[in-house]
Amino acid sequence: MQSGSVSAAPDPTEALHIANVSKGAGFPALTLTIPAGECVVLSGPSGVGKSTLLRLIVDLDPGIGSARIGNRIREEIPAYEWRKMVAYVPADSGWWAPRVSDHMSDESRARSLLAPLGLPERLMASSPDDLSSGERQRLALIRAMIRQPRFMLLDEPTASLDPATARLVENEMIRATKNGLGLLVVSHDPDQIARLSDRHYVLSATGVAGPLP
Amino acid sequence: MTPVELSFSDFLIAASSLLIASALSVRLSLRMHAPLVVAALRMIAQLVLVGIALRYVIAASRAPVTLSVAALMIAAAVREVHSRQKHHFSGWRRYGLGGLPVAVSAVFITGLALTTALRQDEWLAPQHAIPLIGIILGTVLNSTSLALNTMLDKIHRERRAIEAQLLLGADRRTALREISSAAAHNGLIPVINQMAGAGIITMPGIMTGQILAGMDPLAAARYQILLMLLLAGAGALSVVIATRLCIASVTDHRHRLRLGRVAQD
Repeated sequence: MQSGSVSAAPDPTEALHIANVSKGAGFPALTLTIPAGECVVLSGPSGVGKSTLLRLIVDLDPGIGSARIGNRIREEIPAYEWRKMVAYVPADSGWWAPRVSDHMSDESRARSLLAPLGLPERLMASSPDDLSSGERQRLALIRAMIRQPRFMLLDEPTASLDPATARLVENEMIRATKNGLGLLVVSHDPDQIARLSDRHYVLSATGVAGPLP
Repeated sequence: MTPVELSFSDFLIAASSLLIASALSVRLSLRMHAPLVVAALRMIAQLVLVGIALRYVIAASRAPVTLSVAALMIAAAVREVHSRQKHHFSGWRRYGLGGLPVAVSAVFITGLALTTALRQDEWLAPQHAIPLIGIILGTVLNSTSLALNTMLDKIHRERRAIEAQLLLGADRRTALREISSAAAHNGLIPVINQMAGAGIITMPGIMTGQILAGMDPLAAARYQILLMLLLAGAGALSVVIATRLCIASVTDHRHRLRLGRVAQD
């Protein structure tokens, strides 16, 4: 991993501004602001392009539009620095090393998040291949959270979880926003949207509607 | 050193094992006789034609002719690297990705050898330059093909793992480090095996040929050592260039994986 950091000291109150981010002509475009410490939820029919938009915001795919945090413009800083500030956790994350702990940049911080998310300590020594999709999903969340990003984009973070475990994850997300983390969450669950969202947008093939009341 | 004179009957005797194997293939329905015989006939035609052509090239002994033949050989090798790939790029990468490592390493190592250790009065003498670039091209062709195939296969299979590292703030070289290391290792397996088994498990082709042609075995071994060092260097250089170019081709300046540039057969 790159060890450098952006030159100017980050202002923790700065918002993430997304303007007309889209795959291109004919695809829906997203314009919204995610203030620090708020949770914005994005919903919409399957296949409309919600995950694609999250990939575009984090600069994982080429597209159009712009994104910035305060006056720090995405295209003006190295992509790996941008992704340290804006983390994206896909619905099904990849794993590259033999043990879960090999993926954690700060193992003690990662261990401190296991119990709140309903995970046993022994998982740190396990192979990612031996875990359930729900365990992998929560560990991917931990893996991103311990790097202390300013904003997190979460693609259906509780899709593989039972309701009780999903509530644990939601509680952790609420706790993180209280500490200043800005969240953009893709969700299809109306109850979850009601519990989590400070603002709710709906994406369709023609564009984004919202914030909904 | 007196060349061994071979008669037509010598060739018939050598081909008898092939004929027996083909007969067994017909009898046992193994269906290997046709490709075996076609490959043997093709090999005979190729080598006879090359022998005739080289007679003229060596007799001419002119640098432009030697360089033209070398350029033709490199072009054929570049095309062969391309045809061995399961994944194909568009634009300059179509031939450039495999072609640059092959051309650069073959030209550099051949030039290095001809101007230093294997220097003759006339350094571009075709009887030295053409066989040397031929044997070096064989090695870099294998190394480059293996390295690129391994790398592109792994990148396709491990896309999510690579992107997970990019998402956590890794740059593209870091995210692809394990894969390029595995590709380089695979690309160098033939060269390493060749060196590890030389003289114990296998007798290298050049050394065998020289001993059969009457050269002193120690002198043949020294020549073979020199060649193997050159081949190892050429293989390693081609693998380094191929893996670096591959990283640059499957990613962009924003450290994004761009698999849309690659088509799979």
